[in-house]
Amino acid sequence: MTTENKNTAVSGETVIKIENMNKWYGQFHVLRDINLNVKQGERIVICGPSGSGKSTLIRCINRLEEHQDGLIAVNGTELSGDLKNIEAIRRDVGMCFQHFNLFPHLTVMENCTLAPIWVRKTPRKEAEASAMEYLERVKIPDQAFKYPGQLSGGQQQRVAIARSLCMNPQIMLFDEPTSALDPEMIKEVLDVMVELASTGMTMICVTHEMGFARTVADRVIFMDEGQIIEENEPEEFFNNPKSERTQKFLSQILSH
Amino acid sequence: MSKSIAFIRTEDAPSLPPPSSHVGWRKWLWDNMFSSMANFGSIGAAIRSVLIILLTVTLLYFGLTVIWSLIKFALIDAVWSDPDTLKRGICATVAQGGVAEGNVGACWPFIGAKGKLIIYGRYPEMELWRVNALFVGLAVGILWMVWERAPFRRQVGILMLTVFPLAAFILLTGGNVHYSSGTWTTFIALTVIFLGGGLVGARNLLGEVMFALSGFFIVFGMFVAAALIAMFVTSLDLGLVHVETANWGGLLVTLVVAITGIVASLPLGIVLALGRRSKLPLISYLCIGFIEFWRGVPLITVLFMSSVMLPLFLPEGVEFDKLLRALIGVALFSAAYMAEVVRGGLQAIPKGQYEGAMALGLSYPQMTRLIILPQALKIVIPGIVNTFIGLFKDTTLVLIIGLFDLLGTIQSTFTDAGWATPVMSPTGYLVAATMFWAFCFSMSRYSLHLERKLDTGHKR
Amino acid sequence: MADTSGTGRRSLSTLIYDEKFRGIVYQIVVAVALISIVWWIVGNTLDNLQEQDKKSGFGFLGQTAGFQILSSLGTSLVDYTAGVSTYWDVFIIGIINTLAVAISGIIMATIIGFMMGVMRLSKNAVFNSFATVYIEILRNVPLLLQIFFWYFFVLRALPNKRDKLELGTENFAINITGLYGPEPIPQEGFRWTMYALLAAFFLIWALAKFAKRLQENTGKRLPVFWLSAATLIGLPLIVHMYNGSPLLWEMPEFRDTGPKLRQGFQASGMVIKPEMIALWLALSLYTASFIAENVRSGILAVSHGQTEASSALGLKASSTLQLVVIPQAMRVIIPPLTSQYLNLTKNSSLAVAIAYPDIVSVFAGTALNQVGQEIEMIFMMMLVYLVLSVGTSAIMNWFNNRMRIVER
Repeated sequence: MTTENKNTAVSGETVIKIENMNKWYGQFHVLRDINLNVKQGERIVICGPSGSGKSTLIRCINRLEEHQDGLIAVNGTELSGDLKNIEAIRRDVGMCFQHFNLFPHLTVMENCTLAPIWVRKTPRKEAEASAMEYLERVKIPDQAFKYPGQLSGGQQQRVAIARSLCMNPQIMLFDEPTSALDPEMIKEVLDVMVELASTGMTMICVTHEMGFARTVADRVIFMDEGQIIEENEPEEFFNNPKSERTQKFLSQILSH
Repeated sequence: MSKSIAFIRTEDAPSLPPPSSHVGWRKWLWDNMFSSMANFGSIGAAIRSVLIILLTVTLLYFGLTVIWSLIKFALIDAVWSDPDTLKRGICATVAQGGVAEGNVGACWPFIGAKGKLIIYGRYPEMELWRVNALFVGLAVGILWMVWERAPFRRQVGILMLTVFPLAAFILLTGGNVHYSSGTWTTFIALTVIFLGGGLVGARNLLGEVMFALSGFFIVFGMFVAAALIAMFVTSLDLGLVHVETANWGGLLVTLVVAITGIVASLPLGIVLALGRRSKLPLISYLCIGFIEFWRGVPLITVLFMSSVMLPLFLPEGVEFDKLLRALIGVALFSAAYMAEVVRGGLQAIPKGQYEGAMALGLSYPQMTRLIILPQALKIVIPGIVNTFIGLFKDTTLVLIIGLFDLLGTIQSTFTDAGWATPVMSPTGYLVAATMFWAFCFSMSRYSLHLERKLDTGHKR
Repeated sequence: MADTSGTGRRSLSTLIYDEKFRGIVYQIVVAVALISIVWWIVGNTLDNLQEQDKKSGFGFLGQTAGFQILSSLGTSLVDYTAGVSTYWDVFIIGIINTLAVAISGIIMATIIGFMMGVMRLSKNAVFNSFATVYIEILRNVPLLLQIFFWYFFVLRALPNKRDKLELGTENFAINITGLYGPEPIPQEGFRWTMYALLAAFFLIWALAKFAKRLQENTGKRLPVFWLSAATLIGLPLIVHMYNGSPLLWEMPEFRDTGPKLRQGFQASGMVIKPEMIALWLALSLYTASFIAENVRSGILAVSHGQTEASSALGLKASSTLQLVVIPQAMRVIIPPLTSQYLNLTKNSSLAVAIAYPDIVSVFAGTALNQVGQEIEMIFMMMLVYLVLSVGTSAIMNWFNNRMRIVER
């Protein structure tokens, strides 16, 4: 991929709006004054040292974590204690986890059709047909009737991506999708993600894969100690980091 | 004249069999017997070896003596048949007024004569086919669920937990229960209100509040509807003779108490376990209190309570069957233990499973039903089996409140003067012990097998 | 998707979807349901009690109890006399007897359980199979049946009341009425022996501290175990002898002459009734089979690597066991051991089946039949067990916390 592949599908519409958001774990201030706007079709990579709050941030977007202060709105719906809004947002926001979190007691196909059938009330036949389509897109249609435990890590992560896509989400969140994988499997997952990016999906990825960030991202965000330290276009971000902390982080991560 | 250190093998060293002391029975005997007592290297070790030798010999002697006297009692010296129906005479020595000579062992004709009583209690002779049908159904159901390659195992399991208890109730009591018209009206009204309201509400026809509550209404409505169906089925007159529970006894009562206990405690235990993990403080403290209360007191006190205090708690005139009272006590008691078993399973489910389900937009009831419980219950099957073994043994306690289970029935036969001999009670206890042992041992093996399977089975 | 404005409009429809609001509503519903059920039960109970014209309250505890209680630790400690002692005394006797059989059972079950657990892992085939058979038989046969076995079968085979079986010496003998032995009767001056015993405990504690300091500073190891044993036995013994042995032993008296009715053991000396023996044996042997399994899995849980590492460091086999295996295994064993102790205590309630005067049998059984106040009496009985359960788990949790490996 080259820079020509850069996204041209970003529309002006804001789909995620985070304003002055704060979060605490007990006394510990994990997220400090976060402001972030994500536009339709935008691809964002969040990086930073471990413990910097990047995972917590994206987990707040579909309210796996509760924020205590400030505003998070997805598609114009504000996240609060309102269960109906939470359900609505979770329907529209897909998420992939570091440890895949596939359901081990269900087959790959059942994993993919579960949410469409129970949450979207799609007829089973239709759900299975569309699941098969997505499994083909992540290149594992032949594993559809196996159990997750019988697949390799890379395959499991691709199933997890397919499972999220089956809900037709508008936004996809990736929480370190490759960090639990063996090196030879990282590529197959990244390929799927790159392919997904090319379809114009709005994506927020927490990842340490800087190559992915360079080629795919429209914007790279660097977080440290619960704050957004720097955000920029990947070109600028990598070649000309402004903040000292970013420079230090990049030198550490790119030095080997 | 330094020697070269180079070495080149020119000929392969032959591959020999191990020394004879390292194979076959000699090796086994050495490894499993003498290796622990053959160290005479120092005074301390020698003393230790001698002690072990002495202890080994003592235990061997003791163990063999017990086994031998058991075999002698149960088989060699036993009286096997009573062709002339002498009853006690056949099992009593001449000195005791009987015909047996020498040592008398187990009195098997006594067990033969009391066999029906031991298995069915005083259940009417003509109606025994009902109990037998039930036993067959139970055996088939259990074998089906245990056999790992059988088709429809899950469905059979669900049938065994729902239809089977109902069928058992009708077959054993005869059905044809009369419910008051008030009860009918209440349950029908509740079903219509909750199930109907929930279903209509789910279509968003009754306003937003009803729409939001429809899930709860439907779940509760299904419970009431299930109760209503059970009421309807048990009220049918199928032409079966009514059999009082006072006439039940023996193995039948043991099985009824144990199985009712486990079947009733499973749903209750699941609810309690979920409640205990609830984020709502009142609910979780109530569940903790309930669980810890029942786990803190012995079963006997629970049985005392249910047999003495339960009638006081209910409105005047509500008469309760003695067996039913015991069953209520047993069910509440085992629900607390079941709750802890289920909680163990819930705790074993990784947090990622909850997050995965929530991220897909599943609601709490959906997540619990589709993702969490299927996995948690599978993990705790060995625990459930172990709880069942405990409960099965504990059913013997019902004899203290005057119900006749297997042990109680066998003990009651000792009062029969027609068979009174010194070997009568040992024979009876031996039979009771063997029956309980066979049930419990096979179940514990099964649970062990499941545990091993779960251990090696693929996780995540 | 509704309500995007965030103007804080709080209509019923938004409220009903609010997480916190729902939580509160659920709790209120549960509380109301619970209170109404309790209300209903209390109302019914009061009606029923009034109907049956029963008294209520705890006034009966001061009344005198008119029935005999089997002689036991409780009756000798409380000095029970039928027609003089009160129901409160009966309650206390029940508690003492429950505790007596529970504590002695726990001690015995622990010893046998650990022995069997270790034997189960032995390479010696005789040990191994003996323990296996023991465990598999005892844990799979109902406890009540085992109590009956000991009480109605084994102990009934003992000599009858006009005969006896001497256990080594003349002063210890057993027959169908119980196990007889000398009863210690403390005289003036015996308390000094007791003080000496207390002092010995204090000395041992000091000795342990001193030995630890000595090892830390000089590396020398004192034979702490032997020194402690010597102190514990020696000090009270010397004081006792010095005071002229102020402890009288009342020997059991056995008559085999005279009128037939008066033959047998007389009312002197100490007696342990067969009910107690049968219950104690059955409880401890049954529970031991469970403890053995806990011990076995606890030892197996210590990985083989730990033993190897310890051997590689040059520790002796006995030191390996003492310093590496046992501390780690204990951490695994103690939680299930606690619940076995609690089970044993609760199972001691089976005493009622053979009329050993424990709390269930004597208070919720005999006394309840006389007084007839079910609610108060069963409540008191349950409270005793709840206190015992909570107490034991509290102690064991404290112990467990001290033994826990610090993990991140």
